[in-house]
Amino acid sequence: MRSIRPTNAKINADLLRPVNKPGRGWYATVTVSVLVVLAAAGALTYQFSRGLGVWGINRPVFWALDITNFVFWIGISHAGTLISAILRVTGAEWRRPITRCAEAITVFALMIGAMFPIIHLGRPWFFYWLVPYPNERGLWPNFRSPLAWDFFAISTYLLGSIIYLYLPLIPDLALLRDKSRGLWRRFYGTLSLGWRGTELQWDRLERAVRVMAVVIIPVAVSVHTIVSWDFAMTIRPMWHSTMFGPYFVAGAIFSGIAALIIAMAVVRRVFHLEDYLRAIHFNNLGLLLLTMSLIWFYFTFGEYLTAWYGNEPGEMAVFRSKMSGAFSPLFWGTIVCCFAVPAPLLAFKRFRTIKGTTIASALVIIGMWFERFLIIVPTLAHPKLTFNWGTYRPTWVEMTLTAGTFGYFVLLYAIFTRIFPIIAVWEYKEGFSWQAEHEDLPSLNEPVVASGD
Amino acid sequence: MTEEAKSKKPQWAMVIDLDRCTGCEACVVACRVENNIPTVGPEEAAKGRSINWIRVERYFEGEYPDVKVKFMPVLCQHCEEAPCEPVCPVYATYHTDEGLNAQVYNRCVGTRYCANNCPYTVRFFNFFDPVWDAPLDKALNPEVSVRTRGVMEKCTFCIQRIRKGEEKAKDEGREVRDGDVVPACVQTCQTKAMYFGNIADPASEVARLAKSNRATRLLEELGTKPRVIYLNKGD
Repeated sequence: MRSIRPTNAKINADLLRPVNKPGRGWYATVTVSVLVVLAAAGALTYQFSRGLGVWGINRPVFWALDITNFVFWIGISHAGTLISAILRVTGAEWRRPITRCAEAITVFALMIGAMFPIIHLGRPWFFYWLVPYPNERGLWPNFRSPLAWDFFAISTYLLGSIIYLYLPLIPDLALLRDKSRGLWRRFYGTLSLGWRGTELQWDRLERAVRVMAVVIIPVAVSVHTIVSWDFAMTIRPMWHSTMFGPYFVAGAIFSGIAALIIAMAVVRRVFHLEDYLRAIHFNNLGLLLLTMSLIWFYFTFGEYLTAWYGNEPGEMAVFRSKMSGAFSPLFWGTIVCCFAVPAPLLAFKRFRTIKGTTIASALVIIGMWFERFLIIVPTLAHPKLTFNWGTYRPTWVEMTLTAGTFGYFVLLYAIFTRIFPIIAVWEYKEGFSWQAEHEDLPSLNEPVVASGD
Repeated sequence: MTEEAKSKKPQWAMVIDLDRCTGCEACVVACRVENNIPTVGPEEAAKGRSINWIRVERYFEGEYPDVKVKFMPVLCQHCEEAPCEPVCPVYATYHTDEGLNAQVYNRCVGTRYCANNCPYTVRFFNFFDPVWDAPLDKALNPEVSVRTRGVMEKCTFCIQRIRKGEEKAKDEGREVRDGDVVPACVQTCQTKAMYFGNIADPASEVARLAKSNRATRLLEELGTKPRVIYLNKGD
């Protein structure tokens, strides 16, 4: 089946429609998410004015939902850049309509995740003390602390992923500039950096995107490794583990793909982009999700089996609390959400539909959030000196803040789709010339750009 | 002896004889008064927010009626290889050349990372602004700073008393000796189960007791090299 090329005008009209005429679904989404964000802002104000005691944290559970959300959102941020970069570097043609969806997730998830190390501080107004800035007392941050590494890793990744989102946006910004008037024309004009689509500009852009795609992969891997080292560098049972780096990176990519599938399903529905985000994309991402589910389960199995065989009292206290103790409903729920249901669901082609992959992804998102929670709280609740064992129950403030992260993410994402095309227009068009050039080759990614199922 | 000989300064250490400890918790009260420790109230205490720089841990062995009860006073162990120190991103906790694990309240931003990496759970966080129930609010010790909301705090080995003792010895032109520095918990212990002194001085009581066959350190296998030495029950 050879694809029929839709006209440029049709592609432009379809892909720029969200920007010009968002529709009712968009307004509804924004209204709901604004309300959630306002509630969270209220909770945060209350927390700042009263103190961290309004959270459920205590001694010994000094970290709970704050760090859960931090690790979870940094994990989600791996959707984008890493997946888009890998697909770009490997030249996967089917990536074209999904790269920007993914890259935008990265930037916003990272912003939300990076908020938590600041707002969870006892004295958040001094957060800049973690930054190496010149000061009259010659004080430096402690470079031995994994929290200082976090600062460098996350700011590097945020900067890198903003550049990686921005570069492929430039030709589309120029397109929007040419199609808009007034202030918007100046806005898009400034951002498009004088793009005119000359041979030289295309050449440079493609080279820059290629370089960024390669550079961003090790940065993304290092970020979640360093996040995992916040735990692994301590001497706490079930934290002090050599495999936490790869375990966290695998979990991050896993939850990232799930977030991407959900975002694509929503964008597809709200903006009527059924011709662009098609079953094949959900099928392919579903296969990736299946792979990551298996890898995640393998890591989890290995992690817990070695702890069990080691039979060291400190480790066993944490292990038992998850397997059969107070945290066991959450633990087994996580196994169900991340592996027991999604893996068989995604393994069969007949379930690997748009609906099937979206359901699996929603379960994975829930499961991975609880997985982060279960890494943090059970270990903290069971210190070595058993006299100090504790427990944890979240308060409404923490739960509102958690809901707020999701609301804030949806809001930022919705605003992004209103200002920038969520599917890269030029990359999509480029796909047709790629296919024209390779007409003699057997089609590897056959129905990718066909004009309908 | 594992103590570092690098510093010429006194190396402070404590010995607690578990044979003598009755678990009366007088040390807990003395510490609270000496160090301006806030009272959080029963509700917050039930949530695990109470602050006790020293506490008496109770462990029960066996089933009723055949029960053996063990008391163990636990305070900051002032580890030579303190796990709390490298993880602090702003150097709010560091090691002094007298072997003290110091906490700089003004520098602390409250990441609580130090508390999470403390195997002894002896670091405390100020969840709210500090309050002292009457009449304790009229009895604050002027020699000890109070701590604001959002910072960590913990046992200092009564740093204010250490400084006083060191200054007295200096004024008299001699080295510090036993009796110059007595932390509040040691001073108040009814059964004289606690000893404090310069472990680098072989003539000191703590140095002598540290060589006892009963001497042990809490969670010694972690390699944190605590400066608090326990003398096991001898029965």
